[in-house]
Amino acid sequence: MPAFYVSRDSVARAVGAEEVVEALIIHGRGRVVPLVINRTSSRGLYWLEPLLEVDTPQGRFGFGPLTADDVPSVLEALKGEPSAHPLALGLVEELPYLKTQQRLLFARAGITQPLYIDDYLDHGGFEGLKRAVILGGERTATEVFDSGLRGRGGAAFPAGIKWRTVRATEAAQKYIVCNADEGDSGTFADRMLMEGDPFLLIEGMAIAGLCVGATYGYIYVRSEYPDAVAILRNALEIARKNGYLGANVGGSGQAFDMEVRVGAGAYICGEETALLDSLEGKRGIVRAKPPIPALKGLFGQPTLVHNVLTLASVPLILAKGAQFYRDYGMGRSLGTMPFQLAGNVRRGGLVERAFGLTLRELVEDYGGGTASGRPLKAAQVGGPLGAWVPPAQFDTPLDYEAFAGIGAMLGHGGVVVADDTLDMAHMARFAMEFCAEESCGKCTPCRIGSTRGVEVMDRLLAAQDPSGRDEQVIILKDLCDTLQYGSLCALGGMVSFPVASALKHFPADFGLLPSEAEQ
Amino acid sequence: MPDVELHLPLVNSLLERHKGSAGALLPILHDIQERIGYIPDAAVPEIAHALNQSQAEVRGVISFYHDFRTAPPARHILRLCRAESCKSRGAEQLAAQLRERLQLDDHGSSADGSISLRPVYCLGACACSPALELDGRVHARLSAERLDALLDACREDA
Repeated sequence: MPAFYVSRDSVARAVGAEEVVEALIIHGRGRVVPLVINRTSSRGLYWLEPLLEVDTPQGRFGFGPLTADDVPSVLEALKGEPSAHPLALGLVEELPYLKTQQRLLFARAGITQPLYIDDYLDHGGFEGLKRAVILGGERTATEVFDSGLRGRGGAAFPAGIKWRTVRATEAAQKYIVCNADEGDSGTFADRMLMEGDPFLLIEGMAIAGLCVGATYGYIYVRSEYPDAVAILRNALEIARKNGYLGANVGGSGQAFDMEVRVGAGAYICGEETALLDSLEGKRGIVRAKPPIPALKGLFGQPTLVHNVLTLASVPLILAKGAQFYRDYGMGRSLGTMPFQLAGNVRRGGLVERAFGLTLRELVEDYGGGTASGRPLKAAQVGGPLGAWVPPAQFDTPLDYEAFAGIGAMLGHGGVVVADDTLDMAHMARFAMEFCAEESCGKCTPCRIGSTRGVEVMDRLLAAQDPSGRDEQVIILKDLCDTLQYGSLCALGGMVSFPVASALKHFPADFGLLPSEAEQ
Repeated sequence: MPDVELHLPLVNSLLERHKGSAGALLPILHDIQERIGYIPDAAVPEIAHALNQSQAEVRGVISFYHDFRTAPPARHILRLCRAESCKSRGAEQLAAQLRERLQLDDHGSSADGSISLRPVYCLGACACSPALELDGRVHARLSAERLDALLDACREDA
């Protein structure tokens, strides 16, 4: 019997992967040759999870989405003509959804077993670190700079500038901090990467440590991701045993080690300075900048803070060179981005493509439209602080500058699709409510303005006549301005995006005529 | 206070374990909550003393983070995701179903002590919304029927 592959990803398990494995074990009992079941990472084809793959001479053949009850018939089909099974998918890597992707960061997704370091090495693992050791710090920083890599957490700041700044700053102790507090609804790429390819993140952090002269690192993971925490902690031990962490990282003669720290349910800790305060054992309160963390960060020391995907992009850039990476993408958005399709979408999952495909291609071609089959209403791009984009703007290319041009943002690449039943006034109110719930309270616009926003929304929706509505619309817009320009960080500063975009594109949900929303 | 006798040796051994680790307050609080189920009031002066902080600082941290509890939870902890992706797939209807069945607001514990309810904003299962977490395990692609079945199972093990 050939080998089977089932993902151990937490979301594959949340939709029944464990039950499928149990059924395989039960129905495989008594066979002359026992079943081999490999627990891989997820392909990110979530609408097909639980996905079962089987080795064939042509490649891996898939079945999905399965339930435990389907397992006997799949095993039966494998004795004859597998493609005759109603849930047969054919060769997984030939599925158009996957075949048309450009998987650089997620090259190993669904293929390797997360905690098998030999699997990682067999698939190009630690090649980047090897080259970084040969190049030395200065040329490593140049590679990162030349690649055009920008921070994947949302702010899109050029990574190479940060690396050079931290590298050039003299200090007895420097740190690498990985921001793995992926709190935005609609995003799950960090989770997938940490659960599925933990050595890639470790390699990226080790390269960063050697390059900038930091000897210690922290991965700050949100508490909602317990599987990622457990896998990373295991992976750290394995990496340490194999000499990729410790006193002599990858034979470089330099020391670097790190640990995993767990958040405690505060969305604001995804903001880098609040995260640093949280790591120091304090309330997650946003710090005023300057000083920037690259100069004075964790415990007052120079600190390189990056999102998971930014750090995980580094090994490939080092292994293949800056030019290889910048050949992907458009304008100033270079490389690939793992977009995440979520919400009311038929084929939800991870789509890694070079920047520049349009939102329409993503939502319609990959996503296949709404899961409910009802008309598409909007997509929120970039998390809870991202704008609601109406279908009329779906031809905008997914590129940092193009999205900024329509008053939206790419953020961390999450896309939440909504059908016509989702009430945008409710969502605008929720954005303010969420901001009030998660505000750290340091700056007044966010602390007071978010709660004020909920109150204004309630008054607007309760207003009985046009003049009453007009009055509240003017206050709401004024409040959005105050939040946008007066807040200390992106939480208060960007909560106006979902609110103002909902008001602008869906005035009817607020009980307004388009002309009333425009004033 | 029984808390003191019951939990202090454990709290002190956890504090000893984190001695020398920088910025250890969150890891300490997580460890205490994992072992005891919540952060007992009696632990606060001990933590403050060990970290050379004021009790106000420790309490300030406990109250800042949604995860930390200062009272024992019910037997089961259910966190329904209420963020955008799950809302676009009917999370609000599931929330109404929970309120109805448990006779609870969105936060709180059911009268029989079987279930503590809390909202959560994103479990990272957004491609399979709606989702919830029950006792640390995520369940996605939820339906009203599956939610009912999960609640029934929680009630039955009383």
